[in-house]
Amino acid sequence: MEYIVNARNSDIVLQIIQAIHEKSQYLSEIDGATGDGDHGVNMDKGFSLAKERIVGNDLSFSDAIKILGRTLLMDIGGSMGPIYGTIFNEIWKSLKDVEKIQDTNVLTALNNGLMALIDLAGAKPGDKTLIDTMVPAIQTFASAIESGNSFSKSLDELSRGAEEGKANTKNMMAKIGRAARLQERSIGFLDAGATSCCIILQTMASAIKGCMQSE
Amino acid sequence: MQRIINDPSLVVEDMLKGFVMVHKDIIHVHLKNPRVIISNAAKNQKKVGIVTGGGSGHKPAFIGYAGKNMVDAVAVGEIFSSPTANSFYDAIVEVEQGMGVACLYGNYAGDNMNVKMASMMAKDDNITVKTVVANDDVASAKKEDSEKRRGVAGEILMWKVGGAKAATGASLDEVIDAAQKAIDNTRSVGVGLGPCTIPANGKPNFSIKEGTMEFGIGHHGEPGIRIDKLASAKEIAKEMYNLIINDLPFQSEDEVVVLISGLGATPLMEQYILFNEIENLLNADNIKIFKAYVGNYFTSLEMNGITLTIMKLDDELKECIRMEVESVGLIQIGE
Repeated sequence: MEYIVNARNSDIVLQIIQAIHEKSQYLSEIDGATGDGDHGVNMDKGFSLAKERIVGNDLSFSDAIKILGRTLLMDIGGSMGPIYGTIFNEIWKSLKDVEKIQDTNVLTALNNGLMALIDLAGAKPGDKTLIDTMVPAIQTFASAIESGNSFSKSLDELSRGAEEGKANTKNMMAKIGRAARLQERSIGFLDAGATSCCIILQTMASAIKGCMQSE
Repeated sequence: MQRIINDPSLVVEDMLKGFVMVHKDIIHVHLKNPRVIISNAAKNQKKVGIVTGGGSGHKPAFIGYAGKNMVDAVAVGEIFSSPTANSFYDAIVEVEQGMGVACLYGNYAGDNMNVKMASMMAKDDNITVKTVVANDDVASAKKEDSEKRRGVAGEILMWKVGGAKAATGASLDEVIDAAQKAIDNTRSVGVGLGPCTIPANGKPNFSIKEGTMEFGIGHHGEPGIRIDKLASAKEIAKEMYNLIINDLPFQSEDEVVVLISGLGATPLMEQYILFNEIENLLNADNIKIFKAYVGNYFTSLEMNGITLTIMKLDDELKECIRMEVESVGLIQIGE
């Protein structure tokens, strides 16, 4: 059975923060096509602020993700503050008492994050939001686990589902958020939130694989 | 980018410091949260608290409308980005006097989420928060989808009415009903002639070709309904007027407020030219102007363009519009 140790694994979160930092300009460019072009800048601002609060404190994976969520909620605002803040907060709540995190723990955490987000934002699959990355990612992850795949292999499926979900937003018409005002003109562009969500999920998957243990 | 700034990512912080210093006779900053601006008159009388908030870049909105008989506290966001739930919450707590708080804001995804979270936090403190969400921009969605329309300059009239109603000592429900009625009877439309640049991005978000105009543009540069050849003020006025008048619809004998706002780079001269045309159109339809406002009331950084807002009045709304106001963005002497 594969698992990761929760304690002292804040590096998973730091890798996510680094990925957002590296892709911030790309994210702003995508946002510029259908929104106001500040997605990467805003994400990087919040994630970098969280980094300062995580680095050097020897935190667990779940405590680090809590700090990331709280920072986004308390200090960033916009749409991404409450959206990612809520997801990360739910992931923290789902994992905080877990010592050895297994595939099913991650699945529950992601599902709880998704449910809380839907409750807050009122978005549905197909609305051209980050939910369109999360839902297929969680679905492929869940079916990989159900089919008896290892944690590592299931994480590969999570990444694949995220990638497909993100790519599919290109053909969708935005129904919520600023891009929704564009109606048909939003078709043909990736959704910026779906893209950042894909980066976050894929980085998380590879970072978890990087510290995988088995017994 | 031709701008007088320091660090582009700190423009909001730097602007707030100057704003608070200059206008200390009217507003002050929250003791613990630099992103909350409070009217000095907020607690002069026991009343319902009026809170709003939104992204920066719309000066004098939103902070300029904190003042006597207007808004009591304003949550301040990044450029074109909603304030945090925490800032909305701090604003709410600051102006609660036991009668509840009316949060009157514009229909944007981020604001909706952050106000929702702030209201839940306030509920845990036994503070009742009720909301009115402005959706006056006719061009942003069809009439049957009016709950999807965004809030623009009509928000000022919603604050004016809500703030005045609260100043009469009205209950939270009465304030909410009046503010809702105000926005339900208000329609706006914008026209864009040139783009704006978020300082941290460094380049314009969109482009408007020389000799064209974007009809129905949003005040963050959201694309409009169509791109037209740039027309005369008379023709622009007619297009804007017709869209608004037919939507409510406004009728002969109605009394209205007209609010024309530049979007940042349009000279006041042009705003008065447009007003004159709107006045002629109203006269021709026998609609009477009860009160008119022309100026840079709700801008979009340095966007070249203009918004037209018209509100249909009844006796209650007239009384609220008539009331004196003392805020940075609007000073009105009582009758």
